[in-house]
Parts: sequence; C-alpha cells; structure tokens
Amino acid sequence: MNGERGTINIRVKFFAAPREALGTNEVTVSLPAGATVDELLKLLTERYPALRPYTRFLSVAVNRAYAGMHAELHDGDEVACLPPVGGG
Amino acid sequence: MEMFEVTTEPLSVEEVVARLTEPAIGAVVTFVGTVRGETDGRAVRYLEYEAYPEMAEETLRQIGAEIRSRWPDVRRVAIVHRVGRLEIGAVAVVIAISAAHRAPLFDALRYGIDRLKEIVPIWKKEVWADGGAEWVEEGSGAREAV
Repeated sequence: MNGERGTINIRVKFFAAPREALGTNEVTVSLPAGATVDELLKLLTERYPALRPYTRFLSVAVNRAYAGMHAELHDGDEVACLPPVGGG
Repeated sequence: MEMFEVTTEPLSVEEVVARLTEPAIGAVVTFVGTVRGETDGRAVRYLEYEAYPEMAEETLRQIGAEIRSRWPDVRRVAIVHRVGRLEIGAVAVVIAISAAHRAPLFDALRYGIDRLKEIVPIWKKEVWADGGAEWVEEGSGAREAV
C-alpha cells in the first residue's frame, strides 16, 4: 500500500481487553513520514478514547517483533498493540 | 521435526512427544498446562484464549532457539499452544524437550514455560461460574523484552 507523498499508512491490530473496548481488531491510520510508535499511540488515543485506560500497559510489535516507543514506522507496517500477555 | 504452533484443535501430548523421536535421544521432558477450575477461590466456567498467531509462532520458535543456545545438549524442542474456548481440564499448552541424557532438560523446561508466559502474545479471559469475566494479567515482562 503506497501512502501519499509524505504520508505513511499503518495497519494497527488490537487484542484481548483493548480489542473488546474498541469493538474492532484492526484499523488503518495515516501518519506523517518518519512518525514513531510513540506518535502512533498518541494519535490512536486521541482518535479512540476507549483505548486510554490501556495505553500505559501496552507493548508494541512492529511487523511481529517487539519494538521500542521510539522505533520509526514505515509505510505498510503492521503494528500490534499488545496488552500484558498471559498464555500458558 | 521441531514444532512451534498455535492451534484451535485439542492437543495431544503423545503427538507432540512423537515429533521429538530420533535414535540419538534418551530422555524427553514435557510440561502440560491445563485449564484450572478456580482462581483465587472463584469458580471458573471456562477460559477463552486469544493469540496474535503469526507473532506467537515466531516467539515460540525464538524460545526454542534460546533454549538450544543456553543448553547446547538439548536436541529438539516442541511447543504447541491451543487457543479458543477451553473447558476445565483441557490441555492449553504442551512443551516437550529432548536430549541424549536428562541433565539439561529440567532447567530448560522451566525456562521454556517461564519465557512463554513472558513474551508470547497470547491472552486468556476467565469466564466465571457466577457470570463475570476478566482478561488475566500476569504482570508480563513483555516490555522488558524489547
């Protein structure tokens, strides 16, 4: 998927409690090129207030690998918002 | 054959162990995690497991690689996690590890299940007998895994 000039499109996946709070498991958002994970989370909480109680507990994966808050995003990235895991 | 899978199908411990079979091994340890019928005195009706399947399988594979680099005598690792609705007593996770001799296996097994609970993107919702439900948060260290 190609963003407009200067913009990147990011697919964002939600799981477990935040997925239920949002009522969706995936959204696509546009960000300025060079945006970071941190900036994506800020935009998501503005757009989806239901996400707010969960943001400080979220880990983030970019293209299926854990990523830090300052990681830079690229057009077409798949970002997953991961609440504390609880398998086993 | 190694095996790192997330599945909605019932798990068979025997099938997972069979994946490890080869003439070189003399010992296999298994961890079998099952659905417990109560949490902190509260009766559980069933559990609903959810995964980010592609990443979960990749992190399971990563755990297998970590085990084999920490315990070079380990031969094979298989980890399978079931997701979806699981009734009380159902098998949720099977970890099986093989080696020529038993020595490295017990520590490796413990590492495997601890690490799974720490980094694998799988969640469970407890649905209680009294009607309530809640996503379990075990104080994950996933952030620290970055």
